[in-house]
This record gives sequence, C-alpha cells and structure tokens, in this order.
Amino acid sequence: MTQTTPDASARRQRAQVKVRTLRADRWWLAPLLTFLGLSSFLVYGVWAILDGSYYVPSAEYIAPFASPCLATSCPEGARFLGLAPFGDWYTLPPGLLILGLPGGFRLTCYYYRKSYYRSFWLSPAACAVQEPHGKYTGETRFPLIIQNVHRYFFYLALVIGAILAYDAVLALVHTPLGLGSWILLLNAVLIFGYTLGCHSCRHITAGRLNHFSRHPLRYRAWTFVSKLNAKHQPLAWASMYSVMGADLYVRLVAKGIIAFPYA
Amino acid sequence: MSYKAKFKVWRGEGGEGRLEDFTVEVNEGEVVLDIIHRLQATQAPDLAVRWNCKAGKCGSCSMEINGKPRLGCMTRMSTFEEDETITVTPMRTFPVIKDLVTDVSFNYEKARQIPSFTPPADVRPGEYRMQQVDVERSQEFRKCIECFMCNNVCHVIRDHEENKPAFAGPRFLMRIAELDMHPYDVADRQEAAQEEHGLGYCNITKCCTEVCPEHIKITDNALIPMKERVVDRKYDPLVWLGNKIFRRPKS
Repeated sequence: MTQTTPDASARRQRAQVKVRTLRADRWWLAPLLTFLGLSSFLVYGVWAILDGSYYVPSAEYIAPFASPCLATSCPEGARFLGLAPFGDWYTLPPGLLILGLPGGFRLTCYYYRKSYYRSFWLSPAACAVQEPHGKYTGETRFPLIIQNVHRYFFYLALVIGAILAYDAVLALVHTPLGLGSWILLLNAVLIFGYTLGCHSCRHITAGRLNHFSRHPLRYRAWTFVSKLNAKHQPLAWASMYSVMGADLYVRLVAKGIIAFPYA
Repeated sequence: MSYKAKFKVWRGEGGEGRLEDFTVEVNEGEVVLDIIHRLQATQAPDLAVRWNCKAGKCGSCSMEINGKPRLGCMTRMSTFEEDETITVTPMRTFPVIKDLVTDVSFNYEKARQIPSFTPPADVRPGEYRMQQVDVERSQEFRKCIECFMCNNVCHVIRDHEENKPAFAGPRFLMRIAELDMHPYDVADRQEAAQEEHGLGYCNITKCCTEVCPEHIKITDNALIPMKERVVDRKYDPLVWLGNKIFRRPKS
C-alpha cells in the first residue's frame, strides 16, 4: 500500500531560511571586481571621448577610441581613407560618432550581460545569493528584450575590428619599429578574437543548422568559432583592457608624455 | 585520520524548521552524504534524506552545502577545514517534505508540458540515419542526471516563486534545445520556448552551468543557442525576409 503525506499548506512551502544566503565563501568578491573593472572602462571611455589628443602624425598612430575618424575636425592623416563624411556642422568629439557600435556590441554581448546583471543589477550577485528585487521579468519585455539585437551589433563590430586592423597595419608600414604599432596590432588581434567568438557569430556560422554533415565548411567554421567562444569571457576582458591600453598609449605619445625612441 | 566536525542541518517538516547543531565524526575519504548517514545512525534516526547511487549518477542527493547547491555524495569532506561549521539545507526552490527531502514535482510537471520527440511522418522507426556530428550537440544534454540543481539555483524561480508557472527552468529549456537541434525532430519548438516555457526570463547569468555536476555547458550550448534560434524566428527581420524570399527548408 502506498503511504502518502497529507497535503497540508505547510508541506507546500520551501524551507523558510531567513538569511539572504548561507554561502560561507567570498561570493561578493567576483561581482565587486567585475563592477570595478567595468566601471574603470566606462570612466576611461568618457575621458577618452572628450580628450583631443588621439593622433600621432609622425608615427601614423590613431587611438582606437577615435577610429574611424569621420569628422572634418579630424586631422587630415587621421581621417579614415581620407574621408570626412560629416561636414563642418559636426563639432562634437569625433569619437562620439562611432562609440555606439563597439559599445552596443559589448552592451548586448551575452558575456557582458552576465557580468553586469550580476555586478551592477545584482540579479543575482552570485549563485544562490538572493537578489534584492521584488519582481523579475528578465528579457521578456522592454527594455531588455532589445538585447535580441545583438547580432546586428556583431556585424557592425566586425567592421570596426577590420578598421582597427587596418590602422595597425598602416602604423606598422609607417613605423615598423614603433612599440605603438605592435600594441595596436595586438589590440586588433584580441578584438577579432573576442568578436569572432561571439555567440551570435557561432549561431550564424552554423549553430542555426541541424544537419552539420550537409554543410561541412560551415561546420568547420562553427568548430573554430566554438573554440573561441569557450574563451569568450577571458577574451572579453583582454580585449577591453587592450583597447583601453592601446588608446591610452597613443594619447600619451600624442601628448608627448611618452617620448622614448621607438615609441 | 578522523576528527569531529561541526554540522548545522535543517530539520523540520514543510517550510517550518530550524538549523540543528551536531558534532559528528569524520573519517578520511568521506563525503557529506556519509556524514548525514552517520548522523542518522548515531544521533538523529528520523533525519530524512533522499539518496540512491552514492556515485553522482542518480541525482537524488541534491542539497545545499554551505549555501551552494551540491550533490551530497560528490562533496568531499576534505574540501572543508576541520574547524569549519558545515551547513546543510534542502534545495531552496522546492517545497520541503521533511528535513533535506524536497518535493521536486514542479520539474515533472514542466517535463510533461514539453512535446516529446516528433519525427517526420514519413520516417518509420528503424529508418533514422544520422551522422555523429549531427547528434553530438544533443548528446551533451543527454548527460543530465536530473538532479534539478540547475532549476534550484536559477534565480528566476528561486527568488521569484511567482515565475514558476511561466518558466520551465534551465533543465527543460535545455531539453527543448536538445529536441530543436535534433536532425529528425520536426516539431515547432522555438515559438513555444519563448512564449510558453519562458526562455526570455533567462538572463544568462550561468548559475545553472556553475552547479551542474555533469559539467554540461547549459548556458553556452543550450540556452544561448536557443535564444539565437528564437531571434531568428521572432526578432530578426532579415532572417524572416530571407526565409520568405528563398523559401529555405529546415536545415
């Protein structure tokens, strides 16, 4: 005979543990470090956009935050392919014109979503740590449903990555022994590593297919992207700091603060 | 080498209960479930715990050890300091029956809501021919032992019980992904994943992946690919237009 427990209302309750978490480890450390890391990038980004020293004509270095330079206020050598499609009417910093492309890519990136949902929105700050919000709808409605636009930012990020690679090659051709040229090249490589490892890229290459065997080339591309995708988090941080480091380096050279030979 | 360890174990029926203190012997090579069994044998004969294989393959002994969802049988005592107090509680997301035993029927109800494998009408059993590369993505998800720790840790229902009717949890969203990626499954699962099973609630914070004892990459290999498939279906106008113009078959 089957024995059953009476279905009292108390039986349907979860354990009434009164604390936010029973975790005994330093669960707060990772979100704190992420918060500080992402905040430092945001603070630097604001400063860099407003800073006018983004081009070193003698070495053909252009700071990544200002590339492609599309305004007429850009020095002639700094203009992308010599073009200045924005007329005299545009007087704001040129970096503002392109900021939204890599910014939007990172903002909607699946890894960054995890990192800022955890560290800024505490939803949740760490696993098995109760979040402070009374209600949760996730990405089911506006505004967070817009995160689904990520793949379009991926296409645009590919263009930006190609332009940064072009800048690095240009600098290498002009100043092959310059440290800045190699810093710009390393940055372009890391940016591509991060961009091509994106989950949307993985889906577009072949993730959307159910028959890999019918599409061997796409399957090989998917396999390659999947390897990069497994390193998406470290590549996200490495490329974020490389773009910040490369940008700062070029600005310091442009300001004359870094002035050693082969800079 | 044996030593005396301090334990706090949740005791109680239903939601009402408290953490009870125990001091119990620990021997070399033991796991938390061994200690719970020693408590049953020596100090608390009515302590309820669900267990079966003691090998990390049946998914029965899911519990929370020092606040983290773990399998009792796979958590070695050597990972704790000897003077550390170890807290053991039932899974927080599900109703407690007694002590460490929870009622996980939420998961079985969600499982029943997902239509089973649906092959094409003209393919009979025995006629399936699949390449290994076509099925190995799904095979990763078949490693699931249904310990339900992913559903337990997911904050969508752990911290917001009101979301339970609308959200199937990572375990069953992974099941939907498994079927959607299957070369012979023809059911329409993408619309249902978003509208009926709450894929949009997932904010990909990866706790399901962190706690999975089978190390299945639930978020990266199931939930995010499924989200991208839903984008194809519902939110990407270019894919929609391409499907209309080129009349793409399901590939």
